[in-house]
Amino acid sequence: MTTETVKATQTATEKTVRISGSEAIIKCMLAEGVEILYGYPGGAIMPVYDELYKYRDQIHHVLTRHEQGAAHAAQGYARISGKVGVAMATSGPGATNLITGIADAQIDSTPLVCITGQVASHLLGSDAFQETDIVGISTPVTKWNVQITKAADIPEVMAKAFYIARSGRPGPVLVDITKDAQFEEFDFKYEKCKSVRSYKSVCKTNPESVKKAADLINSAKKPMIVWGQGIILGKAEAELKAVIEKAGIPSAWTILGASALPTSHPLNIGMVGMHGNYAPNMLTNECDVLIAIGMRFDDRVTGNLATYAKQAKVVHFEIDPAEIDKNVKTDVAVLGDAKASLTALLPLLNETTHTEWHNKFKELYAVEYEKVIKDDLHPTKEGLTMGEVINQINEQSKGDAAIVSDVGQHQMIACRYAKFNKTKSNITSGGLGTMGFALPAAIGAKMAAPDRDVVAIIGDGGYQMNIQELGTIFQQKVPVKIVVLNNEFLGMVRQWQQLFFDKRYASTEMTNPDFVAIAKGYYIDAKRVSKREELADAVAEMMACEGAYFLEVCVEKEDNVFPMIPTGASVSDIRLS
Amino acid sequence: MENINTYTISIYTENNIGLLNRISAIFQRRHINIESLNTSISEIEGVSRFTIVVNLEEDRIKKIVGQIEKQVEVIKAYYHTDEETIYQESCMFKLKSDLLFEEREIQNIIKDSNARIVTVNKEFFVLEKSGRRNEIEQLYRDFSAYGIMQFVRSGRIAVTKDEMKISQMLAAFN
Repeated sequence: MTTETVKATQTATEKTVRISGSEAIIKCMLAEGVEILYGYPGGAIMPVYDELYKYRDQIHHVLTRHEQGAAHAAQGYARISGKVGVAMATSGPGATNLITGIADAQIDSTPLVCITGQVASHLLGSDAFQETDIVGISTPVTKWNVQITKAADIPEVMAKAFYIARSGRPGPVLVDITKDAQFEEFDFKYEKCKSVRSYKSVCKTNPESVKKAADLINSAKKPMIVWGQGIILGKAEAELKAVIEKAGIPSAWTILGASALPTSHPLNIGMVGMHGNYAPNMLTNECDVLIAIGMRFDDRVTGNLATYAKQAKVVHFEIDPAEIDKNVKTDVAVLGDAKASLTALLPLLNETTHTEWHNKFKELYAVEYEKVIKDDLHPTKEGLTMGEVINQINEQSKGDAAIVSDVGQHQMIACRYAKFNKTKSNITSGGLGTMGFALPAAIGAKMAAPDRDVVAIIGDGGYQMNIQELGTIFQQKVPVKIVVLNNEFLGMVRQWQQLFFDKRYASTEMTNPDFVAIAKGYYIDAKRVSKREELADAVAEMMACEGAYFLEVCVEKEDNVFPMIPTGASVSDIRLS
Repeated sequence: MENINTYTISIYTENNIGLLNRISAIFQRRHINIESLNTSISEIEGVSRFTIVVNLEEDRIKKIVGQIEKQVEVIKAYYHTDEETIYQESCMFKLKSDLLFEEREIQNIIKDSNARIVTVNKEFFVLEKSGRRNEIEQLYRDFSAYGIMQFVRSGRIAVTKDEMKISQMLAAFN
């Protein structure tokens, strides 16, 4: 590099421009590659919205109908794109309405930057109009949060916010900006954040721990892998596949790990957990080495920890040191990024097949098929099942659609039966179990991946928790497919009431409105089906529709989701009926 | 069930607003009572130090320290047993000045306890004492019989007997 070039570069990076805090926020977003943000304006964020008007050809703002919808839409965007989702709201109720989405993003490790307006700094703590301590409120549910009271702090804080949100184990960050800081002018200069002194985003994979893990895996007679979303977040799908195939290890997934490996892969043995598949749950308590990759041993996965995989040596590949030994004691912990760790592991593994062990999974799958799956997917009784609807979507989408599911029975059915060919195809609220997630999340998902079919599978309960986002779909012309599986119940709670509360159906039956009329009221094509012979054509019509489409399927009222591990029971106590 | 022990947690952090809230929330969420909490500057410029005392099983303290270290603005967190640290608390007593001049026993208590007189005026005098919790509690009991006008005790402060590698770690940053 010549002296002149060095000087020119230095001049370029030091160049400043005098702008307002509001404009700085937008310039920061542009520098971070933000193309879409979801939000709702209000008094304390108006200066930013005013600047946004100027930049509307560079950043597309999506006006959701509720701030919760904005947060979930940003989550859907982030989950399918792998980028940071951005949501914006005003102070007070605007900010608190984001909280559910932020909490959801925190537990599901979704990279999110939420920007909230705040009352002017001289009013802080005075109970001013629409003032809440959003930094205090959001502290337990954010990876990091901060309040800005001086415009000059905006570039550094915003750079840090995006860096923290997307790096290491991703998560939500909240940036609260007082109104005076939005108006204040300062000399703007932006530099992307590359590190934060107190924050170590990823541990470098330790070769010794990888060697120990490989030795244990190579010595195993009955190894089993359970992978989680860490594979998808770490872009380690190919590495996972290579490891599984070389070592011939039957491999199961947590709900958020779904789609990292194609459903059709012969070593894919299904989902673990409360409504997971029979074989991987049963055999968790028989395997001799349990290899957990990018998963956190959630209680919905482990059931009773006192009996969970007690016979097995446990190897845990994990990016977050705080997850090691948190729930399950490990024999070997490999800290680091999943891609790097699995790349290091692969050459150390012996090529094996474990055919006999794998056959045990097949045998148990056959039992599950006979007792559960067959009737779910190919029912002979009169009422429509949720499973056959998912099966129909599988057939028509050929497994290429992204499925966004809400929370409840339909979610478990969707995750159990949806076929996935591509990664990042299963978007659901895993850890928080947020009803109302799917409709707005599907908006974000479709906007992030316009070339993909995005099908939202929602129950009649969750649909009505954010039904107002039909307005966003209509206004933004988002061609998302919405399938409501209507059983006129809060189905999962009803199932628990049936099984554990003597069928006392307290407040779970729903008298629903005319969903089709509502969708049509938002100018969305809509249809209702309640007969089996109508289903295939209706799904075909939905998938062929160029715009948004609403399909209501009236399913059996009191159908249950099996297999099921009752709360607190051992994974091997899984029930088939 | 594992034995419950007293542990001193040392946390080195950035000096940022809101971090106390974030750290205390980790204990609150798990229903762990904080026995004492002290924040101060540390030996490293610009780095704060939290000293937190809790009574807990070792398995749980490890997990808590993991969760504390996970916070973005926490540089490093450690936990130590009492045997691994040199620790002190500090307290102040405000007593009536008459006692100092009229009760010989008070003078003996002050002398024997190595308490230090901070100030004296006609109305009251103030004593300061640093030491172990039991020494301070003994002094409190001794003075109680004579009437204590005001009493205040600090959180524990502690240094480890072994070197903590934090200085070395931070030298790399600076």
